[in-house]
Amino acid sequence: MNYMLLIYSDEAGFKAASKAQVEQTMAAYVAYTEALKKAGALVRGDRLQSASSASTVRVANGKTQVLDGPYAETKEQLGGFYLIDVPDLDAALAWAARCPGAGHGTVEVRPLWTM
Amino acid sequence: MDDVSAPAGEGDQARATAEAVARRHYGKLVAFLAARTRDVAGAEDALSEAFAAALARWPTDGIPDNPEAWILAVARRKTIDAARRRRSSQAAEPDLQLIAEELETVAADVTQIPDQRLALMFACAHPAIDAATRAPLMLQTILGFDAAAIASAFLVAPATMSQRLVRAKAKIRQAGIPFRVPEPAELRERLDAVLEAIYAVFAEGWADAAGTDARRRNLAEEGIWLGRLVVSLMPDEPEALGLLALMLHAEARRVARRHSSGDYVPLIDQDPNLWDANLLDEAEALLRRASRKGVLGRFQLEAAVQSAHVVRRRSGQSDWAAIERLYDALLALTGSPVVAINRAIALAETRGPAAGLAALDALADDARVAEYQPYWAARAGLLGRIGDRAGADEAYRLAIGLELDPSVRAFLQQRQTALRPPGRDKS
Repeated sequence: MNYMLLIYSDEAGFKAASKAQVEQTMAAYVAYTEALKKAGALVRGDRLQSASSASTVRVANGKTQVLDGPYAETKEQLGGFYLIDVPDLDAALAWAARCPGAGHGTVEVRPLWTM
Repeated sequence: MDDVSAPAGEGDQARATAEAVARRHYGKLVAFLAARTRDVAGAEDALSEAFAAALARWPTDGIPDNPEAWILAVARRKTIDAARRRRSSQAAEPDLQLIAEELETVAADVTQIPDQRLALMFACAHPAIDAATRAPLMLQTILGFDAAAIASAFLVAPATMSQRLVRAKAKIRQAGIPFRVPEPAELRERLDAVLEAIYAVFAEGWADAAGTDARRRNLAEEGIWLGRLVVSLMPDEPEALGLLALMLHAEARRVARRHSSGDYVPLIDQDPNLWDANLLDEAEALLRRASRKGVLGRFQLEAAVQSAHVVRRRSGQSDWAAIERLYDALLALTGSPVVAINRAIALAETRGPAAGLAALDALADDARVAEYQPYWAARAGLLGRIGDRAGADEAYRLAIGLELDPSVRAFLQQRQTALRPPGRDKS
């Protein structure tokens, strides 16, 4: 089954981190991505630009509204994702727990809709 | 579909037996089908008409020689027809199709149905399922109770319970919750969740001490049955053995908990001759078997507390020193305020009421005990014993105000009244 691991974390905290801390976190993500690849579980994964780069679009009454900023203003923002292919929820939860994002934020595990 | 309550009147036994057999076999078939497809609702749908027919016909026609073959034959006819209709009318529903195919296969050889009920229990008690829904989900999938009956036993509105069960089943399917016994690394934690859910089933039944509510009394029996099932499927798990021992200990004292008049009798005042000796012996044997594995756990400790009370059968007295040590261990393990209250009661026996009160005082800041009847009842009893009548009276009033069970309330009121006549310092 395909699962999306959505990584939410506090961007402000990441910006305030020292260079060494940032490097350590990035290295952890590289290692994690490598482990997913080796296990044959990785479909794709990416980091997102900061939430301040987000624009939100909505069409109401035939009029397009574009707003500056993310959909929801929360303390933790969506910062990246992995799309993985594993046999079941237990396997997905095990990968989510290994994700560095689970340490510095929260990882939401969502199965993809299957037609 | 059916009702948790035991019927009253003639022919009850035949009906109850037929119903129990139907439930056991139904659960095995649901587990088998759902384990293949992860579609619990689909498996239930496929078997529901056959199960209803078994509940209606077996009490009068007698239980068939091969109950699973009987249920399967009926289910197969209905489901395959439905699957064919669907296949021709709309986009194929792969799960239903798969179930129909499974039914075809197993119907050909019913002796070959593997028992997947343990896998189904682990799915029902998965950490991704809401904790409060795990026990109801097990009752429905393993034993075939309908949402209305479960709602009644758990004191929840039927529509709410029905919604929770539907959601949980959808979650199992959509989120891909696996049907299997977890790997050793996480087995202990996951098994705890299964055992907790079984204990919740039992406790719902046990809570109705008077045994006046047949629906709930039956839940205690179903809890014990589920406990036996886990022990039969995982005979080397000490906590599974401990849970079964704990439930049997409690069940053995069911009759002794009430006077013939229906009045509440606390454990220390119960007549040991009214305890069911066979159940107690079985419980003790299970506990010994568990302790030989050398891995302690919550349920074994709680069963051991029961066991230390039951020594009164021979010695005339509970082994309070052992009970204190066991509650020490339980408190270290769980940190539960309920355990702390029981430990304080044991302390009052081993070191005197003042020591027990001091232990209760240490809990006074815990918001969880403020509305917990046993805390106030324990306090009242100990205050009475040190001669603080006013304090005891006040604590009894709070305990009485918080109690749900009328006979326990009446018992507390008697204790409160007994404080009042001058010259009596003990209740």
